Amino acid sequence: MAYVTDRKRAVGLGSAKTGTEHHWHMQISSYALLLLVPLFLIAFGPMVGESHANVVAHFARPFPAIVTALMIIVGFQHFRSGVQVLIEDYSHGLTRKLLIIAMVCVSYGAMATGLFALVKLAL
Amino acid sequence: MADVNRGNRPLSPHLSIYRPQLTSMTSILTRLTGNALLLGALMVVWWLLAAATGPDYFATADWFMTSILGKLIMLGSIWALWYHSLAGLRHLIWDAGHGLEFEMAEKMGWAVIGGSVLLTIFTVILL
Repeated sequence: MAYVTDRKRAVGLGSAKTGTEHHWHMQISSYALLLLVPLFLIAFGPMVGESHANVVAHFARPFPAIVTALMIIVGFQHFRSGVQVLIEDYSHGLTRKLLIIAMVCVSYGAMATGLFALVKLAL
Repeated sequence: MADVNRGNRPLSPHLSIYRPQLTSMTSILTRLTGNALLLGALMVVWWLLAAATGPDYFATADWFMTSILGKLIMLGSIWALWYHSLAGLRHLIWDAGHGLEFEMAEKMGWAVIGGSVLLTIFTVILL
């Protein structure tokens, strides 16, 4: 008599092996971005074309600084995961690995640069 | 043995023989806009860094951002941001198990296209 449950027999037999967590994190950041995107446009939009003094003063205020920081963090996190799916769909082997590593570097690099700029502007 | 269960199973949607549909096109555009947004995002980060560095560097970044090319990237990014947000919302609705019927899926496709254009015009006028 087999004591293994039906579920246990099926686990790991799919072709993808992993991915549930990836999808779940995409969903979480998607919900967050639904709120952050309009807020970011309100916080950032009016500053395009403004003078340097106005821009510095604007991002020293809490609302624009915090919203822009959240947009940068969640946005690039979401991009990092999303672009990985794109790469995995169209490329294979070493190319795939190198592309994913490159885009992870770009994502976190841009995130850190944006946050550094915001901190410097805000303080 | 791969054909054992052929029967009524649907065929794999090979892109070359697959009839373009609103649902597939709007889905492809979701991926396209999401990844293309990197360009606008990097431009915004560069602009912020320039603002944090000083007035001289800011003048350079701001000149580019308000140039014809910069404005084009900004306009495209605003539309892509709204399109991707609305299309993403559609995916969240689908993931929750709603709106999967043909008519509803098509309707949401048109809503995503129309809504993104309207919100882009709205954003450009208001901000």
